[in-house]
Amino acid sequence: MTTATIAAAPRGRWREASILPGFGPTLGFVLLYLSLMLLIPLAALVARPWASGWDGVWGTVTQPRVLAALRLSFGAAVAAAAINTVMGLLVAWVLTRYDFPGRRLADAMVDLPFALPTAVAGIALATVYGPHGWIGGPLAPLGVKIAYTRLGILVALVAVGLPFIVRSVQPVLQDFDAEVEEAAVTLGARAWRRAVSVVLPAVAPALVTGFALAFARAVGEYGSVIFIAGNMPGRSEIAPLLIVIKLNEFDDAGAASVGLAMLVLSFGALLAVNLVQLAMARRGHR
Amino acid sequence: MRRVAPQRPSASAWILIAVALAWLGLAIGLPLATVFTEAFRRGAPAVLAAITDPDALAAIRLTLIVAAIAVPLNAIFGLAAAWVVTKFDFRGKSLLVSLIDLPFSMSPVVSGLVWVLLFGAEGWFGPLLEPLGISIIFSTSGIVLATILVTLPFVARELIPLMQSQGTDEELAAATLGAGGFSTFFRVTLPNIAWALLTGVLLCNARAMGEFGAVSVVSGHIRGLTNTMPLHVELLYNNYDFVGAFSVASLLAGLAVVTLVLKTVMERRFTGAAESDGRTLTRFR
Repeated sequence: MTTATIAAAPRGRWREASILPGFGPTLGFVLLYLSLMLLIPLAALVARPWASGWDGVWGTVTQPRVLAALRLSFGAAVAAAAINTVMGLLVAWVLTRYDFPGRRLADAMVDLPFALPTAVAGIALATVYGPHGWIGGPLAPLGVKIAYTRLGILVALVAVGLPFIVRSVQPVLQDFDAEVEEAAVTLGARAWRRAVSVVLPAVAPALVTGFALAFARAVGEYGSVIFIAGNMPGRSEIAPLLIVIKLNEFDDAGAASVGLAMLVLSFGALLAVNLVQLAMARRGHR
Repeated sequence: MRRVAPQRPSASAWILIAVALAWLGLAIGLPLATVFTEAFRRGAPAVLAAITDPDALAAIRLTLIVAAIAVPLNAIFGLAAAWVVTKFDFRGKSLLVSLIDLPFSMSPVVSGLVWVLLFGAEGWFGPLLEPLGISIIFSTSGIVLATILVTLPFVARELIPLMQSQGTDEELAAATLGAGGFSTFFRVTLPNIAWALLTGVLLCNARAMGEFGAVSVVSGHIRGLTNTMPLHVELLYNNYDFVGAFSVASLLAGLAVVTLVLKTVMERRFTGAAESDGRTLTRFR
């Protein structure tokens, strides 16, 4: 968050005087571009579902199939972000604390899910975890099915969300003051105790940020999920897929209702995360 | 302040390292490797045949065209937005920054859906444009619009933190010495942010070429006409042409790997080798 560091303009005037030229035209261009590319399209999303009134929107959103999809998308996103919070912290810890062969390669690899197109990740994950894949194959005789089940959805969301936690936590671990930890050593704290009561509180805000980013990405994730999900209505059908299905049925208002519900629920969730962060800041964690 | 230096791992630390590396392998390494092994399952000629198939070539061409329109537009927007946000003080600035970030927290499917709601047959403007013979949905323009929306924040996100930390001193000095707006921008600001701009363009391009969800909603999937590379991958995969799907996918995976390598190299350039290691913030999303 750079947002927090941006100074507010003084009261009274809406902008601080500057001798730098070009403020008006540039701001005008930025606002025009944002309006055309973001605000007007969003206005359509907000306005469109209400064609058949509140009952139409509520009727769509409370259809069992829609409710199941929303529950699945949000539930799986929370679960994946929670798993990633633990494993991402471990990966970030290992990458910053230990010197081992291949560390730089592993570090560079963390970013890959950011750059890999989701459709490519999707078919690759479906293959690896499918019945003939490197992981799915050996598991199949044991009766464990990952691809084409809800477990597959979780696997995909964990894979795309991992970098968000690692890259949020890593700078904090890297900049951690060595003397604080040495003080804990002098006071007799063992390694495990130091990690839990000295380092963990310091990285907690970054963990929350990473959780929020991973969650936001996972809720709306489409490409990496649909190939591995199985897409059974009511069981393994995610909300973004349901939007696509409704569009293919020419139910634009229905699709917009689901889209609007997703947007509202995500904002609610992210607002809750922000409140947690505020509470943490008040309690004196960084 | 002194930082904790990476240590030689103790015996128990090796367990942690093994678990972390296994996790990275499961989530990232194996899927990446499988793209290439599946593509080359029947040898290089099959890969070449899949890539030079007319429909695949049409998809590659469309992907390049879409990126060639969307990326420069978002680069210009990113420059303008970063300039306004970091060089001037005005009310509503944090609202503006939040708006620029908004597409990051929208589902790609929703980023496509909004254009259908505007320009589809039942949309706000669709019926007005139809008599004029203009169709946006199921055509290149729709794909471009969806791609622009998804990749809107990339360049701005890359530039804002850097320009924030650089402040306005150099620009103010140039203005005091009588430089106009454009020469201040091109001769003072731009050289200071060239590497960050390039990184932003690179990331924006990777996402633009790889975007699937948003494009899928507006494209109509007309083979050889409105299929981009990711959509072509989906089509081949769903037709059980796995070698073909993974061949085209390996091009996209190659693009992702090259993007990451270039990004790492450029970040070393503009943050200094010692600093950049592991300090890459969440630049993509």
